[in-house]
Amino acid sequence: MIPVQFDYLAPTSVEEALAALGEHGDDAKIMAGGQSLLPVLRMRLNAPEVVIDLGGISSLRGIRDDGDALVIGAMTTHHDVRDDSLVKEHALLLSKAAAEVADSQIRHRGTFGGALAHADPAGDLGAPALALGAQFVIAGPGGTRTVEAADFFVDLFETAIGDDEILVEVRIPKHTGWGAHYEKFVRVAHQWPIVAIAATVKGSIDEARVGLTNMGSTPLRATATEQALAGASATEDGVREAAQLAAEGTNPPSDLNGAADYRQHLARVLTGRAVLKAAGA
Amino acid sequence: MTATQDRAAGEAQKEIGRDRRRKEDQRLITGRTRWTDNITLPGMLHLAMVRSPFAHATITSIDVEAAKSSRNVVAVLTGTDLADTQGVIINAWPISPEQVSPTHLPMPADRVSFAGEIVAVVVARTPAEARDAAELVDVEYDVLPAALDLKEAATDAVLAHPDLGTNRSATWQFDSAQAGTGGDVEETIAKARDGGIVIEREYRQQRLIPAFMEPRSTVVDPTGEQLTMWSATQIPHVLRFALAATTGVSESKIRVIAPDVGGGFGGKLQTTPEEFITFAVARRLGKPIKYTETRSESFLACHHGRDQWQKITLAAEADGTVTGLKVELLTDLGSYNALLGGGTPVLGAFMFNAIYKFKAYQFNVQTVLTNKTWTDAYRGAGRPEATFAIERTMDELAAELGVDPLEIREKNWIRHDEFPFTSVCGLTYDSGNYEAATARAKEMLGYDALRAEQQRRREAGDRVQLGIGVSTFTEMCGLAPSRVLGSLDYGAGGWEHASVRMLATGKVELVTGASAHGQGHETVFSQIVADRLGVPFEDVEVLHGDTQVAHKGMDTYGSRSLVVGGEAVVRAAEKVIEKAKPIAAHLLEANVDDLEFAAGRFGVRGTDQGMTIQEVALATFAAHDYPEGIEPYIDAESTYDPVDFNYPHGTHLCAMEVDTETGAVKMRKYTCCDDIGNVMNPLIVAGQVHGGVTQGIAQALWEEAVYDDNGTLVSGSFVDYLLPTSADTISYDTDHTTSPSTTNSLGAKGVGEAGTIASTPAVVNAVVDAVRHLGVNDIQMPCTPERVWRAIHAHDGDAPTPADAMPHFEADALNQDPTDGAGQ
Repeated sequence: MIPVQFDYLAPTSVEEALAALGEHGDDAKIMAGGQSLLPVLRMRLNAPEVVIDLGGISSLRGIRDDGDALVIGAMTTHHDVRDDSLVKEHALLLSKAAAEVADSQIRHRGTFGGALAHADPAGDLGAPALALGAQFVIAGPGGTRTVEAADFFVDLFETAIGDDEILVEVRIPKHTGWGAHYEKFVRVAHQWPIVAIAATVKGSIDEARVGLTNMGSTPLRATATEQALAGASATEDGVREAAQLAAEGTNPPSDLNGAADYRQHLARVLTGRAVLKAAGA
Repeated sequence: MTATQDRAAGEAQKEIGRDRRRKEDQRLITGRTRWTDNITLPGMLHLAMVRSPFAHATITSIDVEAAKSSRNVVAVLTGTDLADTQGVIINAWPISPEQVSPTHLPMPADRVSFAGEIVAVVVARTPAEARDAAELVDVEYDVLPAALDLKEAATDAVLAHPDLGTNRSATWQFDSAQAGTGGDVEETIAKARDGGIVIEREYRQQRLIPAFMEPRSTVVDPTGEQLTMWSATQIPHVLRFALAATTGVSESKIRVIAPDVGGGFGGKLQTTPEEFITFAVARRLGKPIKYTETRSESFLACHHGRDQWQKITLAAEADGTVTGLKVELLTDLGSYNALLGGGTPVLGAFMFNAIYKFKAYQFNVQTVLTNKTWTDAYRGAGRPEATFAIERTMDELAAELGVDPLEIREKNWIRHDEFPFTSVCGLTYDSGNYEAATARAKEMLGYDALRAEQQRRREAGDRVQLGIGVSTFTEMCGLAPSRVLGSLDYGAGGWEHASVRMLATGKVELVTGASAHGQGHETVFSQIVADRLGVPFEDVEVLHGDTQVAHKGMDTYGSRSLVVGGEAVVRAAEKVIEKAKPIAAHLLEANVDDLEFAAGRFGVRGTDQGMTIQEVALATFAAHDYPEGIEPYIDAESTYDPVDFNYPHGTHLCAMEVDTETGAVKMRKYTCCDDIGNVMNPLIVAGQVHGGVTQGIAQALWEEAVYDDNGTLVSGSFVDYLLPTSADTISYDTDHTTSPSTTNSLGAKGVGEAGTIASTPAVVNAVVDAVRHLGVNDIQMPCTPERVWRAIHAHDGDAPTPADAMPHFEADALNQDPTDGAGQ
């Protein structure tokens, strides 16, 4: 399928990209890796007049150590996030989740920031970012601002990024030495998750963070489960009660892959498994 | 070149039976070849179709003005514009004289009857401009109620085509008592109800989408003396006939070419509205025209497969000896009777009895029109449906008796010493050895050890349970003896044609009427010719798919190419030898009777004198010296009409693990031992078996075309229509027993559909077997984790809504609703 004709801009700096966005406003669409945008354009579900491709802005790529946090450039690919040694050391959950995104070709084109800004509730990176307490650095005409993960995801495909703003980097507080597991439940490997659980734990178990994928219109954090896990033992019996709380407050969709009540059941079962795997049990 | 293709080693070796690498693969895999969409002609224009978003609606107006004035648009045409120049889409198999069938215009002018039907076509200089303009075509519809659910449509509650007065298109019956091939089925059932066993089940064959790799594409060039159509089709010869028969263009003025075609699985065994519209537009404008569908259009408009409800009543004696089988099918045609249409379920009519010695049998089918995409042949066409139903039911019989499912099969199957065997349908199974195939499959699987593990897991109450599924299938292939097709009211014969051309340089051109779309004909037919004529494999060129070159043919489907087309190749090659013999004798100054032909050489018996067939070809070309009274011509052709079907069979065993907490299923092991007679090329056979098995597993676990309450195809992309990749499947252990077919000289049986026919029930039987002890006796396909989970927990109060594994034949039986995808 062929998209509706659009103008293509390839800025080489964030300032240039912001200026282009300011000029074209609602008529423009930002493209990061293009793995979600291009199918939408090709199926003519959206027809922006201008596509602003961030691919030429080299400053948006890469991962760096910034004291108590890692800073991941928005245009860093899933493949690079998965393979990065800093990520493995300080935010293992992200590496595990990035490894589960779609397939290898998509992981080499799709980007960390693009996926988060797209805010598909079935996307694999929202729940881990939420669980790790990510901070989103957003550039706009007036400079940059930082948004906490809890405030970043607003609704289905909707984030705190304003119409005239661009997500430039994501700060991930270090969880050095925390065990992690991303439990993704699918029918075929290349599918979006029916449900997925992002779990990371300190010790076995001192502290735990649990994020839920596709259990509502945004990524969710299973806070009741997290509280119940603190001090629990990393055994099936030890985590069962906490895992039973995982579906509290969720509002998952019903579709061809499962009704809402089945997804809530899965969330409870899979949370237990994810936490145990994260704890190395 | 690999070592296996080394000439020195090759000369002593027969070509048939060698694992030749496929000649055609380099160009097919790299795509540097003649796919239809790769063809570009001078001045070519492009089409975009405007399709109805509604399942059933009256077209009240079409405003094309904005589209016409869009950039580089040449024309915008509607059904009114094309009128009767567009021809009619044919149904070649009216299964009964009373069949009720709507006229199928490629582009209707007044009413649409499925979502995706074409209402206008835009012609522009580029595909993008055509697509842009198509969005500007303003069509006004009056939406009509749509007939969607198959069972509901069968009651005529809502009419798919109001002018027909009914949705019930046709019925067809086979009854063994009437045919004189067996007893009265009602009597056997009545008898079984009194002291015997009656198994009654209703199974759902969900609707599938063929999802061939290359989307359909058609190019028409009207600028020559003949109108030339290139199309991604399995059936160029049938297509030419259909165009000529319904557009008034002389058949001799139409040339159809199926260049390299990227898969079909039956999905390109069709003459399509898109082909007819492209043909009509090219004729009207006098310019070359191309139309290539998008994947989304392919999902909507290419014919779908399966889509049946199957009521099965099996009668048996108390010891499990089967006596009678009654089959009642409802099948969803979609909105039109397609090329084979209602004939597809009829192709399964003779296979529900399978390998078992039923004494009485009755098959009934009711075909039903609905406002959904049309359905037709899809890999196996009727036989996977039949095999699924009987193999599921035999497992139920085994469960009823509490015996191993293989034991109940062995008790009832045709023994090796009973071949050839005339079935309760009156078909004569040529050869087979179910005992040997089953023994080998059991050994490869490690059947007894897995049964022991299953028992341990059950006793321990493991979270993950193990199930073993059995499918001892047979099928009929090699469509088909023409007289049989005639007796079934099919609109054509079942012969195949081949010709062998001996070139001056000693090279050989083989022309076949079978039209490959990925099967490997070039390789296998080259092997056959190389063996018969004693020429090098590399020296044989296989030509096909072009009605100007292969002027006679019945094309490729129904696992017929080798067993019918290959036999025609053998006969044409033998005629070449016979024709070359007097010329060789003349040149060798010997008596014809003293010549013997071996390894490509005519030798004079008792001497070292002789000449090769290539030398005869050159001498015939020069024609300087040949016998009086014959033509200098050794090319030959053959039209072979098969004497009978052949009956591949096999035992497929599958071990599945079921996670009882989530319902997730995981394949542990898959083993099959197929008997397809003599194997021409083990590598190609392996490809067919592995691919076929995967396609059948996909029906069991993943694929389903789902419509919503408005008749919109919900699973209209690969996001929702799940096809497996290598990441989702395991490696299968395959082997063969060999019972050569007696109905062709190659001793071969078809293999193109075998894996798909066999594997689906093996997988579902395994899934059900894993959880049968938890009270489950059925899970509707595809066996999604949710369906499995709900089936397991239907009775334990843990699941909020009960679902699967309900008794059948109840009006409100749960989880039996074909359109209810959400959460079921």
